[in-house]
Amino acid sequence: MSQPLQLPRWIDIGLLPLWNLAIALAVAGLVVMVIGHSPWQALTVLLNGALGSVRGLGYSLYYATTFIFTGLAVAVAIHAGLFNIGGEGQATLGGVGVALVALWLGAKLPAVVMLPLLVVASAVFGMLWAALPAYLQAWRGSHIVITTIMFNFLAAGLNGYLLVNWLRPAGSMAVESAEFAESARMPALHQIAAALGYELPSSPLNLSLVIALIACVFVGWFLWKSAAGYAVRAVGSAPRAAHYAGIRPRAQVLIAMAISGALAGMVGINEISGVQGKLTLDFVAGAGFTGIAVSLMGRNHPIGIILASLLFGVLYQGGVEVSFELQGFSREMVVTAQGLIVLFSGAMATVSAPLFARIYVAVKGGR
Amino acid sequence: MDEVLIASVLASTLRVSAPLLLCAMAGVLSERAGVVDLGLEGKMLFAAFAAAATASVTHSTAFGLTAAIAVACVASLLHGFACVSNRGDQVVSGVALNMIAAGLTVVLGIAWFQQGGQTPPIEPDVRLTAIAKGFAEPQPGHWFASVVGHGFLSHNVLVYVAFLMVAAVWFFLERTRPGLRLRAVGENPAMVEAAGMSVQGLRYQALLMNGVLCGLAGSYLTLAQNASFSPNMTAGRGFIALAAMIFGKWKPLPTLGACLLFGFLDAMAIRLQGVQLPGVGEVPVQLIQALPYILTVVLLAGFIGSAIAPKALGRPYVKER
Amino acid sequence: MTSAVRLQGISKRFGAVQANREVSFDIAAGGVHGLVGENGAGKSTLMAILYGYYHADAGHIEVNGQQVHIANSQQAIGLGIGMVHQHFMLVDTLSCLENIMLGAEGGFFLTASKAKVKAKLEVLMAETGLQVHLDALVADLPVGELQRLEILKALYRGARILILDEPTAVLTPQETDQLFVTLRKLKERGTTIILITHKLREVMSLCSAVTVMRAGQVVETRPIVQWTEESLAESMVGRKVTLGRPEGMEVHAGEVRLRASGLMLKHANGVPALKDVNLTLKAGEIVGVAGVSGNGQSELLEVLSGLRAPEGGRMELGGQSFSPEAWLDTAQARPLRLAHVPEDRHAVGLVMSFPAWESAVLGYQGLPKYRKGASMNHAAMRDATRQMQERFDVRPRDENLGSSKFSGGNQQKLILAREIGEQPTVLLVGQPTRGVDIGAIEFIHGQLRALRDAGCAVLLVSSELDEILALADRVVVMNCGRITGELAIENCDEKRLGLLMAAQEERAAA
Repeated sequence: MSQPLQLPRWIDIGLLPLWNLAIALAVAGLVVMVIGHSPWQALTVLLNGALGSVRGLGYSLYYATTFIFTGLAVAVAIHAGLFNIGGEGQATLGGVGVALVALWLGAKLPAVVMLPLLVVASAVFGMLWAALPAYLQAWRGSHIVITTIMFNFLAAGLNGYLLVNWLRPAGSMAVESAEFAESARMPALHQIAAALGYELPSSPLNLSLVIALIACVFVGWFLWKSAAGYAVRAVGSAPRAAHYAGIRPRAQVLIAMAISGALAGMVGINEISGVQGKLTLDFVAGAGFTGIAVSLMGRNHPIGIILASLLFGVLYQGGVEVSFELQGFSREMVVTAQGLIVLFSGAMATVSAPLFARIYVAVKGGR
Repeated sequence: MDEVLIASVLASTLRVSAPLLLCAMAGVLSERAGVVDLGLEGKMLFAAFAAAATASVTHSTAFGLTAAIAVACVASLLHGFACVSNRGDQVVSGVALNMIAAGLTVVLGIAWFQQGGQTPPIEPDVRLTAIAKGFAEPQPGHWFASVVGHGFLSHNVLVYVAFLMVAAVWFFLERTRPGLRLRAVGENPAMVEAAGMSVQGLRYQALLMNGVLCGLAGSYLTLAQNASFSPNMTAGRGFIALAAMIFGKWKPLPTLGACLLFGFLDAMAIRLQGVQLPGVGEVPVQLIQALPYILTVVLLAGFIGSAIAPKALGRPYVKER
Repeated sequence: MTSAVRLQGISKRFGAVQANREVSFDIAAGGVHGLVGENGAGKSTLMAILYGYYHADAGHIEVNGQQVHIANSQQAIGLGIGMVHQHFMLVDTLSCLENIMLGAEGGFFLTASKAKVKAKLEVLMAETGLQVHLDALVADLPVGELQRLEILKALYRGARILILDEPTAVLTPQETDQLFVTLRKLKERGTTIILITHKLREVMSLCSAVTVMRAGQVVETRPIVQWTEESLAESMVGRKVTLGRPEGMEVHAGEVRLRASGLMLKHANGVPALKDVNLTLKAGEIVGVAGVSGNGQSELLEVLSGLRAPEGGRMELGGQSFSPEAWLDTAQARPLRLAHVPEDRHAVGLVMSFPAWESAVLGYQGLPKYRKGASMNHAAMRDATRQMQERFDVRPRDENLGSSKFSGGNQQKLILAREIGEQPTVLLVGQPTRGVDIGAIEFIHGQLRALRDAGCAVLLVSSELDEILALADRVVVMNCGRITGELAIENCDEKRLGLLMAAQEERAAA
């Protein structure tokens, strides 16, 4: 007879995840030592680079913005009982959508119309790219993990095709689209500050952060306040009970994945409209997978996701700085750390739980 | 038809299929035992790096191969520890492995070799080169020498090993005792446990074999195909192998067919660039490259038959009673 | 005649439930011993102990005259005990031969071992008359052949004592006859057979001795000549006329609220689950469905509540008519004032990960009073939950507590409060007091009676005959997917009910 572990909530939500995170970072520190550096030195440079200057902070927040979008995407799907690994592809399509609308209408419309339109475009394109695997899962039983992985590759291929054959300006060698008009560019924070009379060092941080935070509020409302969210969570947690309650599981799968895809798609407004100003290859650069790490660490909750995104933003920005400052240190250390976090906070999340249970019982008994 | 074209396409197909085959067979063993293996990409990457790094430093093919196999096995066992012993989510574990591999191989590469992630080139006599030297190029006008010679006989030993492995895995699964038990544990682990065998033990066995094959797959990339490791050189091959395994319905022989098909598509992709097909016009290279993925989705959607996975796949086994 | 198995004083407790109490009887070698009783009588637990799945708390077991301690099923197999489970332990994608060989292959290379095993099996099949297509895949074979495979598997491992758990539950009449022939042959061969069943016809036809169990205890063990179907039925059901019926209660059954006719449904493996079931529910009446679990009662509830569509038949409810192509949907049921308290409160009745105030509106989440535009009206939901907890004395009175943290009885009260709360005109209830403490049982029974008095039509499915007899105005008995009889409560007695519960065909209501 298996006894379910009953850990008190504060251990389950607070202590255990922090412990898992600590182990992951400790192993990462070990790797740093193996390659002949001091983990403390690396850590210091990292924190300095990410938080030690306003410019660094700007970069960290810009990275965090993308991770908030992909993290929310994974979280919404998980609440519906699905694993959306397709964030990478959905984000790519979001960027494609932004580019298509920006290039088509950018010169003709003012920013005040253009920018909301771009947000909608990114969401719609991302949504469509997630809806197809969702339909296949719900109606044809195709495993969504595999289909979304396939769709990631298809998105990269589609992006490449569009860039090479349609969007690349004639005579250009770079695999990029033409530059967007100014009205199709998400205003950078330092631009906004300048307009208000403040001087801020330039960084890629732009208005998308505000949109990301609004998205957090939306997801919080959607999942726990809205009627649709009630249905989605029921299906994700207890599909038979949901069926009993008259909730149609297929529809909920579709709704959840559509919102998930839309959120991932909005990466496009941060990266393409905000930073690049044109469509490029592989602008998502693994953010879809970071979203998985962020959601796992953030326990699939918007507040946790914001915190985890900040952590990863710091890691990424700091990682760039470390790779500049320390010889033989590369940015990929961050990817490694991220993988370790997914491993310890995700796949091995409950390994330490019995240990904590024993300690807790022993401490309680001792009192 | 043009024997040079046929010969070179044939040779290309076999060369491209070889690493896919090894990886796909690894996947078959793991998944038939009930453990989802999304980490094929990461293990192949780890193995490629280990082979390249070791071979270039020790100037020994044997050490390179051993290192690759050892590293891939460690990765497989780690996956087993997370999923089989600790009932962790198998998909998340695979994703984590891929991330760690992508990062760690570059980190170690830069730290040890300072060449931007590349490993030093491996000497030609340490690399795995063609066994039969005379068929390096197809010969116009000589049908047999081209098609059979260049097409079939011009390859390095790992290519032949890859195809042998298909037979080996098939034989193992269908004709040996441990293979029978492996097949059973992926369908009905409760029954296997009730009959007195250890579900965990059998799954670890499968993962170990999986590691060996992934090690060979990775070795191919750096010891046979290229001469060194470069960041992310697997370029999604692990996922194409996964797709081939699903397309082949988790059986060795159909998977062989799928790998050959995908290898063929890859060989054609380059050759069809710029070529105008009658009635269709120019086929975009991205479309041909996307075909393995499109075909897998179509199969999963049930439009060309159905892909029925091993029944216990993905579900951590919990001993009841 | 020596005993193949001697059980002495076997007791086993699971938590608060005494599954076996001082069970003692002998099983003669070379005979067919019937083990008969209702659900919860303790038969399966006892055999699980014999087969090594559980350890008895007290008592001992002798096999072939030797006292033994059976620590696991490997040891049981070693002692020559084999078991054919109700749910087969087979691998669908392997052949019958491979299934038999698994774990006892006899060699590394299968081709050689297969030949050897096949030869042995062919001798065994000839001896026992058990015919199985050894090279066929399990997935392709009918249920009857799979059962023969399971028996063959046990015999191949050297079973001299064979336990069969409800073997005919999944068989057609023809396959059942075939099984009887096989069992007789095995008996001739000297195999001892223990047959767990609730079907009296089989018992009378096959067994040489029968033990009747009730509530974890042995009622009696007698050779077959000393039993009749009637005496078996009476013994199985026992003297349970402890009715909680208030005196002088008159039943006024009113208009027909639900009429189902000709319901037909098959299990996934092709075995019929519902065979031409007709049922009428009238206002102000509790209809109790009695019968051993697994005879179609669960499927009946699923079909009537809209969880599942039948393959044949019709239903009339709330002025609407439903046919299999366009059957009632769970989303339509509640607006038609049909409520359902499901048998499985954990997986179906509540969302375990939801707090009580969210589970309390499950099924009613679309009602305007719980909505505020596109949002849920949390205040209204919490209010409603508090009221439910108050009215039904759900403890603790904490609407924020996770649904999984309430005790079984309180979970059930919450579900009942929810389903009764919207004043349904038809209420379907499955196993309302399973795993519920005594105090809550009284309360729940009172609520069901009150509901009936207020004019609701209630369908009560329960494997506790006590409960049916205490609450029902009319009793319907199901066996093998059929309604075998219908009795007004005044006409119910143990013998009649027992016979109906074990009957193969419908008998006229006496």
